[in-house]
Amino acid sequence: MKVLIPGPLLSYTKKRKVEATGATITELLSDLDRQYPGLRFRVIDEQDTMRAHMRFFVNGEQVFDMTHSLRPTDAVQIVQALSGG
Amino acid sequence: MARTTKKSATRTLRPTARATRAPRRRPSRRVLVLVATRKGAWLYHGDATRRMWRADGPHFLGHIVNHLVLDPRDGRTLLAAAKTGHLGPTVFRSTDLGRTWKEAARPPAFAKAPDGGTGRVVDHTFWLTPCHANEPNAWYAGTSPQGLFRSDDGGVTWEPCSVINDDPQYRAWMGSVQDGTPDGPKLHSIIVDPRDPAHLYMAMSGGGVHESVDGGRTFAPIVKGMEVVEGFDPATIAFHDPHCVRLCPGNPDRLYQQNHCGIYRLDRPSNEWTRIGKSMPKRVGDIGFPMVVHPRDADTVWVFPMDGQTVWPRTSPEGMPAAYVTRNGGKSWQRLDSGLPKSQAWWTVKRQAMTADAQDPVGLYLGTTSGELWMSRDEGNRWACIARNLPEIYAVEAAAMR
Repeated sequence: MKVLIPGPLLSYTKKRKVEATGATITELLSDLDRQYPGLRFRVIDEQDTMRAHMRFFVNGEQVFDMTHSLRPTDAVQIVQALSGG
Repeated sequence: MARTTKKSATRTLRPTARATRAPRRRPSRRVLVLVATRKGAWLYHGDATRRMWRADGPHFLGHIVNHLVLDPRDGRTLLAAAKTGHLGPTVFRSTDLGRTWKEAARPPAFAKAPDGGTGRVVDHTFWLTPCHANEPNAWYAGTSPQGLFRSDDGGVTWEPCSVINDDPQYRAWMGSVQDGTPDGPKLHSIIVDPRDPAHLYMAMSGGGVHESVDGGRTFAPIVKGMEVVEGFDPATIAFHDPHCVRLCPGNPDRLYQQNHCGIYRLDRPSNEWTRIGKSMPKRVGDIGFPMVVHPRDADTVWVFPMDGQTVWPRTSPEGMPAAYVTRNGGKSWQRLDSGLPKSQAWWTVKRQAMTADAQDPVGLYLGTTSGELWMSRDEGNRWACIARNLPEIYAVEAAAMR
């Protein structure tokens, strides 16, 4: 499936749109981390929860559940919420 | 894995105020000053006289860099503890003095909680300590919230020290996030005895000072003599808030500590700290964050007092920044403010942001919360600003170049 990568993670992927596979958000992130080592831990903490300012959208709808089911035709967007200063 | 190969911009800076006295002796090795800030890291390469400084940076622009350390065992490996406002904490590693960086394969992270349990999450790695000279690839890291980690492969992978991170007693002594400093409770001041790699110290804000004599398999508190906030029981380890602990290279049996409640000295084998800050001027007090030890003379240390009255402004007392030095183990202190602003300067210096080199005379370096980098070539008698307009400075280290 197509995954849209936010600016802070471009140092890993080098491109905005990447292809990855997985039946859930968890599996998708595992595949992204396999392709781009280190990416997952910047987004998901060691207790497997989304970091405070990272958000996931599937086909335009925000999802919070890491076990959310995915289909190969889904479009996934990883978004950085505003933070910092 | 994130990498950057871009060479950072460099420029040469001359101090804005010149020292009036020449050094007594020409420094034998060039000094590299490592500056970690809220928005990235910079390296300042000194010339042989420590008068001219070449800036190399920013590295990791936009990253919150809490510590940047050069490995003294090889003189070229750098570790940087970094995160951003959005992304989780990591450690970057360079083996060519910052020309290229590679991210740790497994940064410091707490153990995953068992199903149904609540595990902790590393917010940021705060402190990095190279291990003993006989353990060439070993490092320790301290995190916020309080956690101790060790790497045995030069910082590529990090293992949690369960004896601290998961021990119920230590977890109780750490307290909650509400007990910590404004940007999170921290494990810091990880010290390896230069005579014995199994002899360790570390400190927690809050949570006291602790010692291990078995390479980190067990720890025990050393807080006797340390005061706590009025009205609380000093026998309760959780109430102790050491800000910075340093071991004297000239006498590894002596430690100094800047604490939330004063300045202390400990002479081993005693386990009782002596409050030496009582001899500071009353109107300045003995509250602060950094503690700097002389590289050879165990009777000489420097502090940088901070206003810890009422609501804890965390500024220089009365807007007049000054270092203080003792040259007799804390019996008396002298103010060192020549060259520093005389009034209306409301910055201060964080616990990792003041350090010394090993030259003769000793060079002192401090980074301010207002983004200025100051140094003294004569042990604090005269200060000069060598960089302005940096982001808030979190840590400053001075390393001898080979």
